Amino acid sequence: MLQLQHISKTFDRGKATEVMAADGVTLQLDAGSYTVIVGANGSGKSTLLNLIAGSIYPDSGKILLKGEEIQRLPDYRRSRWVARVFQNPLTGTAASLSILDNFRMAALRKSPKWMKHGVDRHFKTSVAERLATLGMGLEDKLTQVMGTLSGGQRQAITLLMTVMTGVDVLLLDEPTAALDPRSAREVMEIADRIIRENNLTALLVTHNINEALHYGTRLIQMENGKVVRDFDNQLKSRLQHSEVVTWFDYY
Amino acid sequence: MDFYIAAIIQALCFGPLVMGLFLSMKIFNIPDITTDGSYTLGAVITAVCLSKGYGLPATLILSMLGGALAGCCTAFIHTRLRINALLAGILVMTALYSVNLTLLGRSNMPLLSHSTIFSWFSVFAVTDQNTLAVLIVLSAVLFFAMSFMLQSDFGIAMRATGDSESMVRAQGVNTARMKVYGLAISNALVALSGCLIAQFQGFTDINMGIGIVISGLGAVIIGDTLINLLKIRAIPLMLGCVLLGVILFQLMLAVALGAGVDASMLKLTTSLLVLLIVALPRVGSTVIQLSKR
Repeated sequence: MLQLQHISKTFDRGKATEVMAADGVTLQLDAGSYTVIVGANGSGKSTLLNLIAGSIYPDSGKILLKGEEIQRLPDYRRSRWVARVFQNPLTGTAASLSILDNFRMAALRKSPKWMKHGVDRHFKTSVAERLATLGMGLEDKLTQVMGTLSGGQRQAITLLMTVMTGVDVLLLDEPTAALDPRSAREVMEIADRIIRENNLTALLVTHNINEALHYGTRLIQMENGKVVRDFDNQLKSRLQHSEVVTWFDYY
Repeated sequence: MDFYIAAIIQALCFGPLVMGLFLSMKIFNIPDITTDGSYTLGAVITAVCLSKGYGLPATLILSMLGGALAGCCTAFIHTRLRINALLAGILVMTALYSVNLTLLGRSNMPLLSHSTIFSWFSVFAVTDQNTLAVLIVLSAVLFFAMSFMLQSDFGIAMRATGDSESMVRAQGVNTARMKVYGLAISNALVALSGCLIAQFQGFTDINMGIGIVISGLGAVIIGDTLINLLKIRAIPLMLGCVLLGVILFQLMLAVALGAGVDASMLKLTTSLLVLLIVALPRVGSTVIQLSKR
């Protein structure tokens, strides 16, 4: 489904702050796989996600999606196939727009936005039905402004918005880092359900070792822009929490 | 009384300008200073078109196109060259001064001998009433067009662009192009105001745009204060507040002038008035907090 071939990316080349955030990363993500990436701060996890999403471009290497090269496409063009949930709950949705308007944008992800009024009764019902699956009571608050919702609710809505139109790859960049433990669990469960129901190829970056072990079908660890450990589903299920902790406590 | 009707007429002439500024400053969150130049550009193109004998529709359209082009320049400098929006606006505004002077060929031009958008309509006996009628129709058209646009899918994408660029890029919107459209529409509206004022005053002056962005900003801020105060979420009501803002602002200026403020102090009065409007909500909330202690 998604292939990264010898991807490299250096920031601030030639300066004292030069850092190689991706160092010849080669990675193949199969259709329907759910890969979890762990690693210390600055190990290149977020850079990898940004490279796939298209908010930054690689210095060298190729990114293939369903066999086609996409590494030179800007992020808004890749959004046809690649959806993402950000670390900051405020980033994934537009705060001053209503829930309905946010969903309208998500529904038009693959189409141009014309001078047309597309929010009709049919659209409202379909959004309400989708929101009802979250069990947060948001289906009665369609016209409420997004900025008034909690971080957990906004992350849940961002997740739901990603599957308004058919999408292939879902990128989750520490989606629960800013949430309280209960909201974090809720959001992770919703993500898990959406990924399975829509058979998405998912990539999750997390610092939470419990999340990393509990979710996903593959676990990789990054360090200094390289993939240093790679566990498939079978190996991953045998991993112990304490063992993963030792990956980070090497001092 | 005539004095205040004149103020309202002036306010409605500024209607498109504040709609444009509302679009750039509030919807897109871009402080667009191109306004000073594109306003004059609208007036200059109007003067040139009318003196060359072009019809009114052509004059209006060409003025707006001129403004749109100026807005595109600012947006391109801001998005493609990644230059601060404020600086981009100042650059284009400064450049427009020479463009305006070249187009007009001199520093001012009277238009009294030409038929204008206000002169063809004469149902009422009083000229001011005719002018007011034309402007009310124009403002209504503008109001409905703007609220249609901002509620459409295109408008939602515009509003989302000002809100969270990463969100709207993730929904497949080219935010750079969106800003070009936004500033083009905004400056086309600003130029339309210049076109209306030139026809209303009966002359175009190369310096008429100086500080116009502040007058517009004052009106937008009054509108915004009303929007926040009344907790308005619906787009048509927001636009209504902005139009109300420009009328209130011009009336305040009229009161100041009527109270004996010297006409040469007009810009100073405008600045102080805007300062007062900006500062008042902040000072007000501090006073409320202090009184609660």
